[in-house]
Amino acid sequence: MPTFQEIVFQLKKYWGERGCIIQEPYDVEVGAGTSCPETFLRALGPKPYRTAYVQPSRRPADGRYGDNPNRLYKHMQLQVILKPTPADVIEQYMGSLEALGIDLSKHDLKLEEDNWENPSLGAWGVGWQVMLDGLEITQFTYFQQCGGIDLDLVPAEITYGLERLTAFLQGVDSVYDIEWTPGVKYREVRYKDELQYSVYNFETAHVPTLWQLFEIHEAEAKRLLGLYKETEDKARFPLLPTYDHVLKCSNLFNTLDARGAISVTERVGVIGRIRRLAVGVAESWVEQPREKRMIQ
Amino acid sequence: MTFLLEIGCEEIPDWMLAGALEYLGAAVGKVAGVSSLRTDATPRRLVVRAEGLQEREPDSEDRVWGPAKGAPAGAVAGFAKKQGVAPEQLEVLSDGKAEKYSYVRHTPGRAMADILSEALPVLILKTPFPKTMYWPGKGGPRFIRPIRWIVALAGDAVIPFEIAGVKSGNESSGHRRLGAARFPVTYGDYEQRLRENFVIVSAAERRARIRAVPTKYKCDNPLLDTLVNLTEWPTPITGAFDEEFLSLPAEVLSTVMRYHQKYFSVEDADGRLAAKFVAVTNTDGDPEGLIRKGNERVLRARFNDARFFWDADQKKKLADRVQDLANVTFQAKLGTYLEKTERVAALVKRLGGDANGVRAAQLSKADLTTELVKEFTELQGIIGGLYARAQGETEEVATAIYDHYKPASMEDSIPRTPAGQLLSIADKLDTLRGCFEAGLIPSGSKDPFALRRAAQGIVKIIVEGGWKLPLGELLADSQVREFFLERVRHYFRDFAYDEVNAALASGWDDLVDVKERLLALREVRTTENFEPVAAGFKRIKNILRQAGPEFKAGEVDPALLEPGPETELYSTATGVKDRLAPLPYRGKLEAIGEMRPAIDLFFDRVMVNASDPAVRQNRLTLLHMMLAEFSTIADFSEIVTSTQEK
Repeated sequence: MPTFQEIVFQLKKYWGERGCIIQEPYDVEVGAGTSCPETFLRALGPKPYRTAYVQPSRRPADGRYGDNPNRLYKHMQLQVILKPTPADVIEQYMGSLEALGIDLSKHDLKLEEDNWENPSLGAWGVGWQVMLDGLEITQFTYFQQCGGIDLDLVPAEITYGLERLTAFLQGVDSVYDIEWTPGVKYREVRYKDELQYSVYNFETAHVPTLWQLFEIHEAEAKRLLGLYKETEDKARFPLLPTYDHVLKCSNLFNTLDARGAISVTERVGVIGRIRRLAVGVAESWVEQPREKRMIQ
Repeated sequence: MTFLLEIGCEEIPDWMLAGALEYLGAAVGKVAGVSSLRTDATPRRLVVRAEGLQEREPDSEDRVWGPAKGAPAGAVAGFAKKQGVAPEQLEVLSDGKAEKYSYVRHTPGRAMADILSEALPVLILKTPFPKTMYWPGKGGPRFIRPIRWIVALAGDAVIPFEIAGVKSGNESSGHRRLGAARFPVTYGDYEQRLRENFVIVSAAERRARIRAVPTKYKCDNPLLDTLVNLTEWPTPITGAFDEEFLSLPAEVLSTVMRYHQKYFSVEDADGRLAAKFVAVTNTDGDPEGLIRKGNERVLRARFNDARFFWDADQKKKLADRVQDLANVTFQAKLGTYLEKTERVAALVKRLGGDANGVRAAQLSKADLTTELVKEFTELQGIIGGLYARAQGETEEVATAIYDHYKPASMEDSIPRTPAGQLLSIADKLDTLRGCFEAGLIPSGSKDPFALRRAAQGIVKIIVEGGWKLPLGELLADSQVREFFLERVRHYFRDFAYDEVNAALASGWDDLVDVKERLLALREVRTTENFEPVAAGFKRIKNILRQAGPEFKAGEVDPALLEPGPETELYSTATGVKDRLAPLPYRGKLEAIGEMRPAIDLFFDRVMVNASDPAVRQNRLTLLHMMLAEFSTIADFSEIVTSTQEK
């Protein structure tokens, strides 16, 4: 029975052997691995790219003070991007499950329609949720647009929910009972995160401060996008740092939302503000001269 | 010649298979010139098979006309050369105007394989899917998911073509885990070879396999269809869950099983939910029970979640949640759910709702703030009703809240209690009027606020619940009125359209009354007097229309009536009029029908446009009186009589 970290090692090794650049988690807080520049920006443009990385994903509204056995404020995704999509992508994906020791001839695997959309990033795709014995273990998406831009090469995005997958493999009912490494349970590593961030997000976060922070990051991202338009020397322009500010906005929005500080009417407007920034970065990224970029 | 097309695709959404097959069958049939085809689908393949294709199109002949008879020899030789024949093969014939050189050109029919090879790739990519994707990159083809293999055979030969780098061939692919990745097939062995590779092509057979489970489960046909279309080799298994979960409401348990896990619920002999479920796997069995255990664990987690939400929700009563609705937008232009709640409660009161009805209205939307409804939105209303009961509200209040989203469709039943019916009407009426006022009016297939369903629900509840409501006053806006009337017509779609027109033309403020009138009309329609009388009324209406606006009806002056047919019509009409009141609609209609001889005789013998203006005025008044008195059940002039239909 593999431990949590062995599953991570195994998947990284599997995809590393299939040409993926193994990255470490991105160091700005995100709601999903898709938001990381490694996916959102690298999906754009005509250059092939393959990467895999673990991304802790923060969903403030999903926090349950560590009380709920299946819901987490911060869960871990293993994100794989294959651009362009190889014709045997699903067979490769099934191979990764076999590599984890799942004998697929003894289990029930179904691909059920599940399309994906992130309105604040102007991104969408079509795909499936992969069901293993009735459990959703993976999101599989063929991206079609990022930042409102049609993609030159359609990437396949494979997102494993690591806690769920591990709970399945270890046969436990609560994510907190997952064995992270021999003798150490998930609870010992993560319970405090869950409790304290739930308290912060639902009770103690200071709403005016969060709004202020949102506006500061929004203004900086706007300022940078404005500068990019005017500058002659586009090739060295810091679009990646600009995008970090967009990510900050997105996480602040999610926190404010969990706090109940955003009415449904306001919601659409704020999402629109983030989307305009994300689209601005994506458009600039696609247009930015390529020779100065290692990849793309 | 036989034909086999198999489009091998990554998993196609289950609900899209039927539409794709309908299109493919028709499109292939048209190109291949066959009318009888067999179409099949699994999640990974769309299959079209046919027999009796022509090897090639029939040869065709047409006459080509050249230069005129007297043309120079050079021109004639040039024409012959262009057509690829010797000059002496040309004939001189008249094309009807002049004598010309001509010849009969034979065009050999194209081979069917060539026609298909050209047509299929285009036709396949035109398959209509609700949402498509492009691959492998920009400018690539669009389909529901990437196509990974194609079998295309005319007889034994491959029909060659290519879509996005995939070449057609004779190799199919089996079940993802149990079958071979590639193996050759022919028209004759196709089904057998797939079966050997754990794919059942026939949906009917997959359905039968699912039905063959020993556990007796509640058959849910839409779910069954979904599962048939999600599997290539379906095998049902029975699992169990802890009986302690049965303390949660059955509605919640069934919803989790049905919508979140695609499981069938199982009932015990008394019709109560049992602690079991039936899952349908896409495998050949579960000898070690691994799949069953996995599914049981997932269900346990889901049920634990539901219980967690249920317990958390009880910490705040519905009544205390109402104010929180100020933070839940109903619609940007229509304000919050708190405002909607207040409007609906006021409307319930105005429509005669009692204290229970008003209380139900006040609590009706409070469940939108509960965890359980946020998780299972399809249970809105139902959860509110369950919570109301658990929190000590009266049974009447709880049931009204529980039912107030009903009816979900024309087929669904209306709320069970008067309070629930009134609440449902008020809620829907508020949405309908509010949206129209805000300019959110449905157009074509666009109806984002489901206003058609709302209006339809109101009609159904009024008629089937027997409600007398001042509809004219409630639907004051002419656009809402017109929209609503469409739904009324739709509701009465089983009646003949002209009877509906006739009944509605006599007013529809009271829909229960409209239905009674319609039922009477339908019964009387077939009696011998009815249509001739209807024709008579149509004539009356035309005459009055021709009389124009200068005609003003007054009182009939019996002294001016000409003895004979005219006085007879007058006395018949007044006689019928006087005995109508106590009769049921059918009796009324029959009584009106009895006027037939008098009406016929009148039109036969009497000239309405008499030369004496006073007589004319009196006759028109008589006709006007008849129209006014006898059109309260139906406007007979709307009835299409059989003579008109000819």
